[in-house]
Amino acid sequence: MFALLAVEIPYWGQSLLRVLGGLVAVLLPAGTIVYLFLFKMMSFMQSRLGPMEAGPYGSLQLVAEVGKWLQKEDIQPESADKPIFKMAPIVVLMSTFLLVVVVPFGPDAWFTDFETGVFYALAVSSISVLGILMAGWSSANKYSLLGGLRAAGQLIAYELPMVLAVMGVVIQAGTMNLQQIVFAQNASSMFGFDGVGNPYVLTQFVGFVVFMIAIQAELTQAPFDMPIAESELVSGYMTEYSGFRFLIFFIGEFATAGVFAMIASTLFLGGWGIPFAWFGWTSMDDVSNWMNIAGPIIVITKMLVLTFLIMWVRFTYPRFREDQLQRFAWKVLIPVSLANIMATAVLKVAF
Amino acid sequence: MKPKGKGNQLSSPAETSAAPVVDATRDAMVVAIRGTLGAAVVDSMVKPGDDIWVRVSTESWRNSIQKLKDVHGFDYFCFLSAIDWLPSPFGRGEDDPSEPAPERDSTIRPGYTGGDTRMQLLVRIVNSETHLGINVKADVPNDSYTIESISNVFAGANWHEREAHEMFGIGFTGHPDLRNMYLPTDFEGFPMRKDFPLLARMVKPWPGIVDVEPLPGGDATEEESAS
Amino acid sequence: MTILNDPVSAKLGNRQQLSYIASQAADARLNVELETEGMTLNIGPQHPATHGTLRIIARLDGEQVVWAEPSCGYMHRGYEKLTEVRTFPQVTTLVNRIDWLGSFANEVPFILAAEKLMGVEAPPRAQWIRTILFELSRIANVSLFLGDLGVQLGAITPVFLAFRDREYVLNLIESATGGRFHPNFDRIGGLKDDLPAGWIDETKVVMKKLRNFCDEIETLLFGNEIFQSRTRGIGVIPRDVALQYGLSGANLRASGVDWDLRRDQDIALAYNKVDFKVWTHPDGDSFARCWIRLQETREATLIVDKLLDGIPSGPVMAKVPKIIKVPEGEAWVSTENPLGEMGYYVVSRGDLGPFRVKIRSASFNNISITPWLLRGVYVPDIITILASLYFILGDIDR
Repeated sequence: MFALLAVEIPYWGQSLLRVLGGLVAVLLPAGTIVYLFLFKMMSFMQSRLGPMEAGPYGSLQLVAEVGKWLQKEDIQPESADKPIFKMAPIVVLMSTFLLVVVVPFGPDAWFTDFETGVFYALAVSSISVLGILMAGWSSANKYSLLGGLRAAGQLIAYELPMVLAVMGVVIQAGTMNLQQIVFAQNASSMFGFDGVGNPYVLTQFVGFVVFMIAIQAELTQAPFDMPIAESELVSGYMTEYSGFRFLIFFIGEFATAGVFAMIASTLFLGGWGIPFAWFGWTSMDDVSNWMNIAGPIIVITKMLVLTFLIMWVRFTYPRFREDQLQRFAWKVLIPVSLANIMATAVLKVAF
Repeated sequence: MKPKGKGNQLSSPAETSAAPVVDATRDAMVVAIRGTLGAAVVDSMVKPGDDIWVRVSTESWRNSIQKLKDVHGFDYFCFLSAIDWLPSPFGRGEDDPSEPAPERDSTIRPGYTGGDTRMQLLVRIVNSETHLGINVKADVPNDSYTIESISNVFAGANWHEREAHEMFGIGFTGHPDLRNMYLPTDFEGFPMRKDFPLLARMVKPWPGIVDVEPLPGGDATEEESAS
Repeated sequence: MTILNDPVSAKLGNRQQLSYIASQAADARLNVELETEGMTLNIGPQHPATHGTLRIIARLDGEQVVWAEPSCGYMHRGYEKLTEVRTFPQVTTLVNRIDWLGSFANEVPFILAAEKLMGVEAPPRAQWIRTILFELSRIANVSLFLGDLGVQLGAITPVFLAFRDREYVLNLIESATGGRFHPNFDRIGGLKDDLPAGWIDETKVVMKKLRNFCDEIETLLFGNEIFQSRTRGIGVIPRDVALQYGLSGANLRASGVDWDLRRDQDIALAYNKVDFKVWTHPDGDSFARCWIRLQETREATLIVDKLLDGIPSGPVMAKVPKIIKVPEGEAWVSTENPLGEMGYYVVSRGDLGPFRVKIRSASFNNISITPWLLRGVYVPDIITILASLYFILGDIDR
């Protein structure tokens, strides 16, 4: 991000910029998703208008909601395990911040350039399970406990198809570095035609579908929202949380949706890039500097498209039962993604 | 998903018998029931085109219901309840609480098919094939207020007997658990008995015991005035 | 296995038998599996899944229910006692509040019972309007069920569609009776008023909208694989058990009993003047119950349409005395209410008010089967089963 600036920035300045950038990269998508999809799109799908009073077209509703939550009393159940109870929302949100670190936003606009970015992303995304388990256990509430345990079972079950779905991409790109994966998608061609590059959603479509289903489950959105399941478990692991602690869970939920969608767009839709052949770029060094500005916008656009899919499914489907969900993960998604890996590997060797 | 077959055919003959003098189906049913239950039937009554009432003896209560279910196919359990035939010593709650309570007639006068006791049990069962229903009554002894449970004949009677137990204080022998259903566990008294006062009415009499006075500015279209 | 020789299962149809055996097997499994320390979960009295304040005490082994029992009475209002201190016309105000989503339907059987004792019959026009309003309250009630069903199973969209279209029906009820939820429109001997001008055309338009709504729900919810996998084979009630527990309405017809009080009894309503289909389903599971309700809602709109076409002219009030005294006697009248069979056993002593009124409400019987039904199911299935049995708290507690 910083090579495009003419002045040399000291290390502490760079770090500060990165922290600020990380905050923006997490909170901006979260706010956009909540307003655009949760408030407006859901309302239109349900033949109502959604918030209309706060600000033009209800656009300041989110500010009002946040203000409301911050003013609420912070209630902690008497028999709760207080330190863990307080820590849980932070842990959940932390995994989101750790996750955004590896997402590339442009040729030089990245937070860190891990060689094993994919591996890291899959690893830290499961930290949120810990937070959810902590919340469920420490609340001293039977609904929370059930919700927490359901979340643990579900998230562990869906970690595997997610990893296996990404495997195809890794095989095809030949690297685990997300930046390299973006480059591989945009710089390559399909059967000599380079007009659209080679986004892996075309060649790894099965992987893409499995990945989207898995992140739907990972995000505990309907039809996989059993850990929350408001008609059964009241609010699952979040039942006892109120005020700003609940707000953190809430931000975490939608920010994670955004970050996961960014990772999905990086892996399958070509990330920040547009087909390099349009501009005659052939290597990473050719990519011009303005992509550092355009890149984030492109990523956010692709992210919004994918989040739209996630939310659309969320507002439409009823909820699975816990055992049906496990059956779906182990008997459908994992075999399918394993078959996908084998096909990819065979084709990779063949071509 | 059967298309509607017997509906109108069934209802149209009944429609012509809106006020019949005799009701052959129901009369025949009563005769058949008397044949099956024998001496257990104390009294019976048929309202033509309307309903059947049968009163059976207290001792044969469970057996009678069982036989009605097995022999006559009354397999649908509609409801079970009790009636306290004691006239309420508090009237309709229209007494002025500051005045001494007026004297009221307290003779017990039973309803259809008679009765010898204050409490009477009433169950309605229906034949699910012919849709013919009967009301079966039985006296509940005045000294013990106890009768046999029919919850092992009709599983659905379980909750109804619990309700009758807490509301009327009737004991059901053989009932699996006669816990309170609506009332708190330590509630004293049996609210649906006639001698249980409705306290809200005792402290402040109901002003609207007859509500035919016209509304302020009321006109001739007052609904009760049909004349 | 003794299950195959079980007297209950021997009488069942093939498909029902399999489901019944499955539920019995779930029972057996509970006993063989390694015993772990159980947990008692109180669902309610205040819980999103209970429409009101029903409490379900469930003993859980993991997510499986070992036994569960509803505990009601949090909303008991003592209507049976209160009727004893009111006059006959005043009772309709009380009974309106039993099933508060289909209030008008609660008034009708009570008024019919009083009319039966008095020997009065409402004029034909009043009977037709009663029937129309009765069906409208069924639509208002069951359309909410259809929307709410989605919420119970985790789909949030159907409930908004239901509220949108139910509003039209409530507006109709309001414009005819003056009350959206508690019309209190029925009088002994007829109705309070005639229909307002233009009401019939308006109703026909709304009925068309409601049929669209039914189609929408059918494709959005009933055609959904997740919905089907959540409801099919869950909470199977065999025919015998349904009869024993006195289930009624859609719950009974979903178990294969072809019995509808609108068709199968002679009652002073206009049902025998129109031709309509009574839907039954052989399966007896949650899906069947929900499906029957959907079909019945659509059928009700057709009934209303047909009734509107043939509505007779004339007065809406018979000649009744100004002060109503009901002659001595006993009468039982029940009708096919939105929730099931709703009946009143009225004992009169020739007085201003009833001597005893036994209110037989549908939900009380319908929910009394839950201890039997909830054994061995999973926690999410509790919600499915309760939603598909469809109860209104006021109808259980009275």
